[in-house]
Parts: sequence; structure tokens; C-alpha cells
Amino acid sequence: MSTLSIENISMRFDLPGGGHVQALKDVTLELQSGELLSVLGPSGCGKTTLLNILAGFLAPTEGRIMLDDHQVKGPDAERGMVFQQGALFEWMSVRDNVSFGPRMAGRSKADYTDSVNHLLEVVGLKDFKDKAVYELSGGMQQRVALARCLANDPDVILMDEPLGALDALTREKMQGLVLKLWKETGKTIILITHSVEEALLLGERLLVMAPRPGRIHKEYRLPFADEGVGKDLREVKKNPEFGQKREEILSMIWDMEEEIMGRTEETA
Amino acid sequence: MTLLLIYIAVFALSFFVVRKLLRGAMQRRDFTSLKTVTFGDESAVRPDRWASVISVVTIFLLWGAFTGSHWVPIHAPGPFVGDTQFTYTLEAPDGARDDATVYARVFKVGEAVEEPEIEPGDGFAKNDAITVGAWRSELLLMDKNDEAKRSEGAKIVAIDGQPAGPGDTVKVADGEVAITSKGSLNFSPAKGMQMEPIWLPAPEAVVARVGEIASQGYQNFTLWEHLYWSLFRVIVGFFFGALVGIPLGYAMGLSDWFRGWFDPIVEFMRPVPPLALIPLVIIWAGIGESGKIILLFLAALWIMTISARAGVSGVAISKVHAAYSLGASKWQLMRHVIMPNSLPEIFTGARVAMGVCWGTVVAAELVAAEKGAGMMIMVASRFQLTDIVIMGIILIGIIGYGIDILMRKAEKWLVPWKGRV
Repeated sequence: MSTLSIENISMRFDLPGGGHVQALKDVTLELQSGELLSVLGPSGCGKTTLLNILAGFLAPTEGRIMLDDHQVKGPDAERGMVFQQGALFEWMSVRDNVSFGPRMAGRSKADYTDSVNHLLEVVGLKDFKDKAVYELSGGMQQRVALARCLANDPDVILMDEPLGALDALTREKMQGLVLKLWKETGKTIILITHSVEEALLLGERLLVMAPRPGRIHKEYRLPFADEGVGKDLREVKKNPEFGQKREEILSMIWDMEEEIMGRTEETA
Repeated sequence: MTLLLIYIAVFALSFFVVRKLLRGAMQRRDFTSLKTVTFGDESAVRPDRWASVISVVTIFLLWGAFTGSHWVPIHAPGPFVGDTQFTYTLEAPDGARDDATVYARVFKVGEAVEEPEIEPGDGFAKNDAITVGAWRSELLLMDKNDEAKRSEGAKIVAIDGQPAGPGDTVKVADGEVAITSKGSLNFSPAKGMQMEPIWLPAPEAVVARVGEIASQGYQNFTLWEHLYWSLFRVIVGFFFGALVGIPLGYAMGLSDWFRGWFDPIVEFMRPVPPLALIPLVIIWAGIGESGKIILLFLAALWIMTISARAGVSGVAISKVHAAYSLGASKWQLMRHVIMPNSLPEIFTGARVAMGVCWGTVVAAELVAAEKGAGMMIMVASRFQLTDIVIMGIILIGIIGYGIDILMRKAEKWLVPWKGRV
């Protein structure tokens, strides 16, 4: 199976007026096949940069990403991506959006129709497959994005705040769906989020990153994702251990934010 | 001036009439009708179709009323037609004065007319008879039959009893009389408020012209041939403009080198109005078809290039990333993401380009052409065939409007997601 290893990744942007920004410094991490990792951190901690490097949209200034035995050098169908706003193709129906990957790979219609139909059923859009995507609600659009990503059968799925733009109720439902898909497909998933609760619920492993320079601050192994599969996630949240972890991480992030504020005030 | 006041009056009056009488019956029962804040909410302002209908009808009524159309029951006062008279007082060199009457018969231009029969009258100033066309004026050498001549020192001292000398203008019963600097009379019958057909023909005359030119043609080509050729040039010019412009715009949106190479050219050519190229195109390609099509090609080219370039830069980067992550190649990204995503921009550009091309072809035909809508009205204006000119302008407007409607329909059909993402 596939192992994703992040080896000493550093990312430095030079600023036009001289000086530079150290977006990431010496990030090292190894992810086994089928692991679900959520990444949390205050803004500016480089989590989106890390995801873009993993997807192959950016090349790191130092270090490398290895997926099994080969190095990641650019975007590829082996690493699927789910964006905050679906990034769906409005000129295609729901079905054509989902079958985009297989079609681009040149697979025959007979070959992919069954799996596309199955995926649409799993995400609950069986009756909407001929609709235009702009006719769907935000939550349904994210379901299309998930199905589209899975239709390609990638080794790793990268999610950049996939539920960030949804309302609270839809978000909860979608969290359940993500867990279900993770368990059913056994994919390696890296999920970036702003929400501590979401990171705890969906992260089998949870990475808290610190800013300036962006680096790994602390890593947790959590039981909640496994517990939550197929269950009402509100029950999981009632677990006292869940509340305790949430407080711990929240205050950790608060401290980081305050430190940043303090530093900015000093320089100002 | 009067016309403007009448127009404003009709505007205001119909507003109140429609508001008071029809509002209750016309009440729409949809969501927008429940909005209480409408002043300032652009989405709550919907065109009042009554106003549109009344607006168009008003223009035709005013047109008919001020041209004496048979189709319109009410008319603005027309020019004076019929018999009228005025007197002048001639002073002989010895100081003696005598009155004479001028009998004027005002006729419609184009109709047969005879001079009124008159008595010479007594005294040394004799009565005169003249005929004048409506809207025209007539010079009267009144002393031809008088016993005292201007050459002998006689002069006019009054018109209709009002003292007047050379250079003066006096109002008389149905018009006005001017005394020229040499002392003769110039009679202009009252013009009324209607327009003379040579300025603005009545609507029925224009419609009659449409029938005549549609069947018999004008300047060796029928009306449909003139319009066909104009449209043909626009479509061919636009087609080639789009054929070259869209790929060029894509290339500029996708490649540094293309962007750098063509940026100065496109940015320089864009503000040059196509009309300014007409002289150069005539020098290079003459006034035949190729010249027109080159001109329209150039008119459409830059607009299509810029809109295609804007279409490429309008692609959300997340869509491009998504497509690559799903395994699309560069060509597949082009075909399945960039091209469809740029369609809305390209359609907007195409609508603008079609409008510009239609305007340019008419202008180019005005300058020089053997056939075409613009040529038709230009030649007609040289012969003061105002009805053909008006007809041509109306048809050019209708076709331009029709093109835009077709483009919008096509856009709705091909780009249903526009404005909904």
C-alpha cells in the first residue's frame, strides 16, 4: 500500500522589497495508507502551503515529498483534491463532473458508469445526476466534489477546508459523510480545517501547526474518528475526553495567536 | 421646442393615467411586488411595459401628426394653402401714395396651379397676382405693372398699412412679407408646424417606399440585396475576426511569450476606432468586398482577442488545480475547462463585436460602396429622397437590434450558468 512521507519540507518566499517569508520550516511527517490526518493551526501557519506542496501545485524550496517510491513533482490523479468551494465545472452535469477523472484518463463509458453511479448513490445524489451543478445547494456541491475526487480512485485525498463554507447543520452531516467515505474506501486523507471540533472529530491523527515559521507544533492520536463512524457525531462530542482535548487545543492555539499579536505590537 | 414640450406632456400624462387607472388591474402578485423599498433597489425596478408601448406609439403619433399623415387623426397645424392677399403702399417720387393689393394663391408643391384672376385696380399702383408653393416663398416685382417704377425713384413705404422699408419683415394675414434691400417684395406663406416631406416624410410615404424598393430596387439592387450584402459583410468579417481573435486571445492568456509579443499590438489597436481605418483600407484594398471584409475583420479581431484573453484569466485557479488533480493533461484542461469557462466572456465580446461591425459596415458603405444599406441611404440623401433615408435608418436599427437579440438567445442557450455561479 501507499506511504506518503513528507521529508524536511521548507518553503521560503522572497518578498519583492527584499526579505522573505518562511512559510514552512523542516516539516517532516509520515502517513501510512488509510490514515486520516487533520491539520489545525492559526492563520499563517502554512497549512494551505503544505497542502499545495502535497498536491504538487508548489515546489518546496527544500526537502521532498515521497509517495511510495516516487517523488511528487506535480499534480497527478494519484492525489485527489477537494477545495473549499467545490471548484466544480458549471458547464457539466453532476454526472459529468463526477466522471471527469475517468473520462480524462480515457476510460470507456461502460467501464466507469457503474462506479460513478455507485458514488452518486453513496453521497446521496442519485436523483440529481442530470442536474446542472449550479442548481445544487452548497452542501450538495461539496458532495459532488467528494464523489468527483473518489471517482478517480486516488491514493491520497487532500482536503482544503472542504466544509468551511457550509452552514453548521450541513457541516455536521457532511462530517459524518467524510468519516463514512474514509472507512468505506480506506483512503489516506489529509484534511485542513479551521475548526478544532472538526479536527478532533475527523482526525485519526491531528497535527497542530505553529506559525512564523510554519512548523509542526504538536501531534495527537485520537480515538474519536473511529468512534464516530456510522454514529451520531453529537454523541462523540459529549465524551468528556473530547471536551478536554478541545479545551487543550483551543488554549494552545489561543496562546499562539496571542504570541503573534504580542510580537506584532512589539515591532509596531 | 413645441415638440419637446408635447413629448414631455405625453410622458407625464400617460404616467399619471397608467398609474391611476391601470395599476389596480395590473397588480403583479410576485415577490418583488411585495418589496416596500424599491427606490434604490435596482432589482426591484422592472420596465413598465405600458410605458414601452406608449413610448413607441407616441413617437409614431408625433411623427404622423407633424408630417400630416393620413394614418393619424390629429395633426399639427399645416402650412397655409389657398388664396390670401395683402396690400402695399407705393410712394411715387413726387410724394404721392397709392395702395395696391397682391392676390396670392398658395398651392401644394407638385399640384397644378393657375394665377388668380384680378382687376388691375385704380391709381398708379396696380394690383398683382402670384402663386407660391407651400413652405416656399416667392419674390414679387410689384412695380412691373405699376406706373411708378423703382428705377424712377418709387418705393414701398408700408405693407397692409404698417410702415416698412427695405430690410423689414411685416406679418400679414397668412404669412409674412419681407422687403428686400432693393425694394421688391418677398412673400412667404405661413409654414405651420408640420415638417415638409423633404425634411421628414409621413410614415405612409416611408412604408410605400419599402414596398417600392423591395420590388423594384434602388441603384441596381433590391432592398433585400442591399441589406443582404451588409449582413453578409458583417458575418464574414466577424467570423474571421473571431476565428483569429479567439485563439490569439487564448494564446495570450496562456503563454508569456504570446502575451508579451501581442500586448503592445492589441493595446495599441484597441483604441483605434475601426472607422479611422477606412481610408487606409480603401487605399490598400479598394472599395470592393475584400476591403469591407478586411475592415470588419479588424473591427472584430481586437474585441474578440481581448474577450478571449479575459475569459482565460477569468478561470478560477481552483478549477485549474482541480482538473490537473483529476489527471487532466494540458490539452484536456484547455478543451474541458478553459474553453467552456471562457464562453461567457467570449459571448459578451461577440455581442460587442457584432454591434461594432454593424456600425462599421454602414459607415464604410456610406464612404464608398456599390451596394449595401449604408450606400443606399447615402445615395438617397444626395437626391434628397428622405423617405429612403428614413426607411434605411429604421431597417438598420431593426437589424442591429435583431442581431443583439439573437446573440442573447444563443448565449442563454449555450451558457446557461452565466450569472448563476
